[in-house]
Amino acid sequence: MGIKEVEPVQINVKEQFEARVSESVRDVFQVEELSLWYGTNQALNSISFSVKEKQVTAIIGPSGCGKSTFLKTLNRMVELNTNVQTRGSIIYQDVDVFDPKVNLVELRSAIGMVFQKPNPFAKSIFDNVAFGPKIHGVRNKKKLKEVVELCLKRVGLWDEVKDRLNDSALSLSGGQQQRLCIARCLAVEPEVILMDEPTSALDPISSAKVENLIEELKELYSIVVVTHNMQQAARISDHTAFFLHGELVEYDRTDRIFSNPQDQRTKDYVTGRFG
Amino acid sequence: MRLPSLKTNVESTQSVVVTKQKLTQKSFVTNLGDYLMEKLFLLLGTLAIFILLLIVGFLIREGSDALREVGISEFIFGQSWYPSSSEPRYGALPFIISSVMVTVGALLLAVPWGIFTAIFISEIAPKRLKEMLKPVVEIFAIFPSVVLGFIALIVISPIVANVFGLSNGLTAVTAAVILSVMALPTIISIAEDSLNSVPSDFKEGAYALGATKWEVIKNISLPAAKSGIIAAVMLGFGRAVGETMTVLMAAGNAIDMPIQHFLGLTVPDFLTSVRTLTANIAIEGSDVAWGSLHYSALFVVGMILFVITFIVNLIADLLINRQRGALRND
Amino acid sequence: MTNAALTKKKRYTQSLWVTVCSLFTAITVGTLLFLFYWIVVGGAEVISWSFITQMPEQNMTAGGIWPALVGTVYVSLLTIAISVPLGIGAAIYLNEYAKQGRLVRLIRLSIRNLSGVPSIVYGLFGLGLFAATFGFGRSLIAAALTLAIMVLPWVITGAEEALKAVPRSFREGGLALGATRWQMIRQLVLPSAIPGMATGSILGLARAAGETAPIILTGAAYYLPIIPHDIKEQFMALPYHLYILATQHSETATVRPIAYGTALVLILLVILLNSVAIFIRNYYRRKNEWL
Repeated sequence: MGIKEVEPVQINVKEQFEARVSESVRDVFQVEELSLWYGTNQALNSISFSVKEKQVTAIIGPSGCGKSTFLKTLNRMVELNTNVQTRGSIIYQDVDVFDPKVNLVELRSAIGMVFQKPNPFAKSIFDNVAFGPKIHGVRNKKKLKEVVELCLKRVGLWDEVKDRLNDSALSLSGGQQQRLCIARCLAVEPEVILMDEPTSALDPISSAKVENLIEELKELYSIVVVTHNMQQAARISDHTAFFLHGELVEYDRTDRIFSNPQDQRTKDYVTGRFG
Repeated sequence: MRLPSLKTNVESTQSVVVTKQKLTQKSFVTNLGDYLMEKLFLLLGTLAIFILLLIVGFLIREGSDALREVGISEFIFGQSWYPSSSEPRYGALPFIISSVMVTVGALLLAVPWGIFTAIFISEIAPKRLKEMLKPVVEIFAIFPSVVLGFIALIVISPIVANVFGLSNGLTAVTAAVILSVMALPTIISIAEDSLNSVPSDFKEGAYALGATKWEVIKNISLPAAKSGIIAAVMLGFGRAVGETMTVLMAAGNAIDMPIQHFLGLTVPDFLTSVRTLTANIAIEGSDVAWGSLHYSALFVVGMILFVITFIVNLIADLLINRQRGALRND
Repeated sequence: MTNAALTKKKRYTQSLWVTVCSLFTAITVGTLLFLFYWIVVGGAEVISWSFITQMPEQNMTAGGIWPALVGTVYVSLLTIAISVPLGIGAAIYLNEYAKQGRLVRLIRLSIRNLSGVPSIVYGLFGLGLFAATFGFGRSLIAAALTLAIMVLPWVITGAEEALKAVPRSFREGGLALGATRWQMIRQLVLPSAIPGMATGSILGLARAAGETAPIILTGAAYYLPIIPHDIKEQFMALPYHLYILATQHSETATVRPIAYGTALVLILLVILLNSVAIFIRNYYRRKNEWL
């Protein structure tokens, strides 16, 4: 069954929304007193909040506010930079991700990531999607084909590329590349998907496709998306966190953040007074 | 039913939820593999340090016999080298002086030549000409030294003999000329890099004040690139003093002190046949008996050579870093 | 001085110095053309298919240069076979594993110093360690090991440049999918870096082929008109052959044409190798959009 045929289920949207954002929803991340330094520069200061399961959490804020850094801290990709120091904890599945015992391979398999600039590997379309399953030990050709087809269908790319799976992924358009990167991420079967400004390098039509995709994906995945585009945050997210100068200013349901922010700085930002 | 779930369609994973256990459990095999690869690469990465230490250690070990028996001062200040005589003498001073003479002579030619060429390529030449000149410098760098030595032998040496009225054209001057060709690509490319790294806003500021192109080069580019250009000269020195084949073929290789007395002063004689440190190792190293005192003495000569190039390269290194630092801070 | 006179003087100074710079550049180009001209004209007379493929005869006064050419090819290939794996490994460590710090600075300092060590000192080192201490004697393998250590700094630098050209996003993408570092390097970084590494390796090969001083001490033979079939045998080599013909032969005037021919073949070999390296680099640069 392809995505195109899917009928949206007609239930009371408001009711569904209320149910989803209610406090009974399980937390996928519990961030506690998280601070982070690049060398001597403090990038995050005492961040605490919880990310809800199977919802879209948007992180907004002006450039340099630490939102991307925060996102990369969730799966510890931030450690690829030199001289990073952290304090506090991020609890995921009852485990502190900073625990030295944590297996980064498992952590990053469970927490997928999509980057700002589409970054397909210099391999074929097929091999891009199959990369994750292969490194995690799937050798069976038939199964790989199944996974690739399924993931490409999930992101709505299958019909566009099914006849040229062996072409280089770099031959795709920017928007297609980004959806391929999402498919590649899905193939590892993550629980959470982190997206770092996933549409900022795309044209409006491709952006809309990716946004629709995010809304579909939250049925199955918890999604954290960093964006500098407030309309986007308002459109796609259930919860929004507003970051400023490395601090979490406000975190609430998206509708409240945009209609009735509690903090003056949030209000100034969402009404476009700075940033 | 809404969207097809990946997780129910793909049987590869048993459990959907990532468990605490799975997260904190490291696969022994995967980790061992990764650990071993990392250690292997660490070993290969540090290879350069080990090789450098090995070379230094080996020169000292093999040279220690001669150092003990002959003494360091005899090596550096002794004026005669007769390794096969019944009373062998191991004074390397003629070689040291010859090496320095030939190298300095080469630099006297190569420094202006290289720096003016670098200025032309970096600052004056239009873009297309620049693109054509860069390969020229690269081809210079790949010319095998033995071919240049051959050219010195058949072309330069007769010219030197004619001009100065000598019976034999294989002299320090001949070697210096061909050695300048050898040092040229090093000097051009380092000096050019250094000029290119001068930020363009330095220059634009001066142009805005109405300076001519040459004034900008003289007052802005050259002073800013000074450290790098001196480094280029140092590296050129290192390249030239360590060069073997060209001097071996061009300098004549006589083992006497290359000096003459002129108005009561002792001055280096550029029109005589000389033997450099490198040439001496090449000549005697190919048939020396292993383990003999002579063999050990050659390692002392190698040590002297190593120390000279080490110091010169170290200074060049410091200068290049200084320019990088200075330009970054501004 | 009036303004006009000042401007005129400035213009005069400028054109004087620009002329000086142009003149020196012209000398540079002229020297290169002269070098080629001299070798090509001298060598073209003797060079032929049989000159390349025949054994030298009558104490090198007749015949060809086949064993010297083969010897150079053997020693260069052996050199590369030893130095490329080591150099690529070191580059992978420096670029993919190492964290910036004292150790990396020390390694880089060592590499820069190694690249400044005179080739004859490598020769001495190889003579003492590989030929004498390891007991290989003066041989193909002793010479190749010596040359391998000598070209190692260049191979490392070349391989590192190739690794640096691979976008960081490949690495991030791979690690974010849960690849281990080695999986990421092996499957994402190395495939994209191989053309660049090939370029660096062939440039190293060209250096090894043209080098003379180290092999004089470690294994090149004066006159040995056979093809070596064991790595512990001595060998003839083009650059050493040229040196012998030019300066050491008893009848240097008689063998002069052969010396020209040898020089021409050596130059052509080195240029051929460099051209191949540059061709590979440009071909892949065009092919890969990310570069």
